[in-house]
Amino acid sequence: MGKIEVNRERCKACGLCISVCPKKLIIFSPGPNSQGFYPAEQSSEGECTGCALCAEICPDVAIEVWR
Amino acid sequence: MEKRLFMKGNEALAYGAIKAGCRYYFGYPITPQNDIPEYFSRHMSKVEGCFLQAESEVASINMILGASAGGARAMTSSSSPGVSLMQEGISYLAGSELPAVIVNVTRSGPGLGGISASQGDYFQATRGGGHGDYRTIVLAPHSVQEMHDLAMLAFDLADLYRNPLVILADAVLGQMNETLEDRPYRPLELPPKDWTLTGASGRKPNLIKSLYLKEGEMEKHNWKLFEKYQSMKKESRYEISRAEDAQMLVAAFGTSARVAKTAIQIARAQGLKVGLFRPITLYPFPDQALLDLSRRVKKFISVEMNTGQMVEDVKLSVARDADVHFYGHAPGSPPDPEEVFEAIKKVY
Amino acid sequence: MSPYFEGENFSFERHRDSDMKQVFKRPSSLRDIPFHFCPGCHHGTIHRLVAEAIDHYHLRERTIGIAGVGCAVFVYEYFDIDTAEAPHGRAPAVATGLKRALSDRIVFTYQGDGDLASIGMSEIVHTANRGENITVIFVNNTVYGMTGGQMAPTTLLGQQTTTSPYGRDFNQDGYPIRMAEILATLEGTAFSARVALNTPANLMKAKKAVRQAFEMQMNDMGFTFVELLSACPTNWGLNPIKANERVEKELIPYFPLGVFKERKGSDHF
Repeated sequence: MGKIEVNRERCKACGLCISVCPKKLIIFSPGPNSQGFYPAEQSSEGECTGCALCAEICPDVAIEVWR
Repeated sequence: MEKRLFMKGNEALAYGAIKAGCRYYFGYPITPQNDIPEYFSRHMSKVEGCFLQAESEVASINMILGASAGGARAMTSSSSPGVSLMQEGISYLAGSELPAVIVNVTRSGPGLGGISASQGDYFQATRGGGHGDYRTIVLAPHSVQEMHDLAMLAFDLADLYRNPLVILADAVLGQMNETLEDRPYRPLELPPKDWTLTGASGRKPNLIKSLYLKEGEMEKHNWKLFEKYQSMKKESRYEISRAEDAQMLVAAFGTSARVAKTAIQIARAQGLKVGLFRPITLYPFPDQALLDLSRRVKKFISVEMNTGQMVEDVKLSVARDADVHFYGHAPGSPPDPEEVFEAIKKVY
Repeated sequence: MSPYFEGENFSFERHRDSDMKQVFKRPSSLRDIPFHFCPGCHHGTIHRLVAEAIDHYHLRERTIGIAGVGCAVFVYEYFDIDTAEAPHGRAPAVATGLKRALSDRIVFTYQGDGDLASIGMSEIVHTANRGENITVIFVNNTVYGMTGGQMAPTTLLGQQTTTSPYGRDFNQDGYPIRMAEILATLEGTAFSARVALNTPANLMKAKKAVRQAFEMQMNDMGFTFVELLSACPTNWGLNPIKANERVEKELIPYFPLGVFKERKGSDHF
């Protein structure tokens, strides 16, 4: 059982984390950050395994992962 | 009646160069002049010319040397740090008596500096950043029209004197868009290029070099160059505006002169009798014209986007009893007309 | 051999809501400030990999970074270490001078493809040839990023850039240059590898190569070089995901991944 936290203000909505999550758990959030990006966030559906692929691929070091 | 175009300064310069028969461009990307190589990359093939992005500015200036030795009209463009890299090449061009046009779209320095405009390369351009006793004509446009017109003139002057020539622009001139009269290229009368390296078929071989080792040769060559540079003095060009009744003259070139023109309007509206002296050739510096003006006008202020360079030439030129002041707007952005007006008012 | 032990580079923080341990955190050598890079730019990723290597071997206080010119120049903003800015292309020469003066420090350069393979070609070849004990991080994204997308020595044939508007043509501009292979031919090179960052699998191999390069420098084994195939979404005109696909479909076939040279021992006493 794992969990990610995306730093909303650092995320630039590049979409890479969304594309690599093996469980397709990451979505774009419905509201923008102060830069105008719609940051990524863990959706409430499904179980995160804490694999951290999202954090590894994130170019902005915007994701922290717990397991 | 010429066509009117609306162009960016950098592109207007490239457009003028092609009109004047420049068919060889070698250069390297650097902000804020990339529009120039990019323009040539699109257009040179259309006129059967050659555009080549060189691996560095050092390579660029040496490619110019080669093309020029072969008789071609060749140019390069760069901005301050890249022009520093070209100084050795410019010295070689001068020593070898090869024509070339080098454009410096000045940014801020020293070092990596910044990408906004400055006039901090005045010394580099006029005092020759390269080694040895040489001079280059330096043309200083102050509008998109002049970026175009002076580019055409540059190639003729370079060929006329068999010498490298520098066009000293800045980031503002390079990036701004203005209307442009599409004036035709009107060549000066130029001597034939019988010294070029095209293969010694039916003639004695030609030699392009700057090395002189035999007794007395180097001295002779230096004085020969000196005579040439003396004869270059007749190419001095300048603009005088609102000077007939002026009590004070602003001396400024390039973007500073554009801002000064507005500042002078503000001054005149307030009853101050100020005019403008704008050198168009920074070398040869129009010292005689300035001296003549200073017999009547006794107050000058040199307005520059640096911490004091052209002011030295102004001081050297004017009559002994004229006062020369300086207003420097440090590199980073052009000065406001209001701030230049305040500086004028302070010493009027 | 190295006296440095492989310790953890972060503490096991407990998540405030549960018993979970933190398994991924920003390396401490990377300042906690936002990256200004474009969305999807690999500079951020590469900065992190280098910082992770520095933290892994506890090198922060004896490492100096030398930045090239281009988007690479902002190394001094992001790494919490001593850094210097070199003139365009000259970082390997600057690093040579510094490492000769302070041979027990860890020195790395961080350069893009214009800086290293165009204007800096002489400096990189001679620094590698001399076997200078430094690490070079080479960010290859096949364009000049900072200046707006001009052609680079690594631009692929047919690739459109602002100075190859009709596509790179070998008759005009020659072929793209493979730096990792060239430097591998020099005796002075101890390690030369090319990696990519476009998939998690490739990224893990990249992490390993960067770590190895620093470890070999720590062990005085000579010149180490890592070329990282990177995306430049802005100047490629592609979104980050499509840009990563381009790395896979266009860059990797021409710039193969792998280790081209790996010395097993030091070549000097």
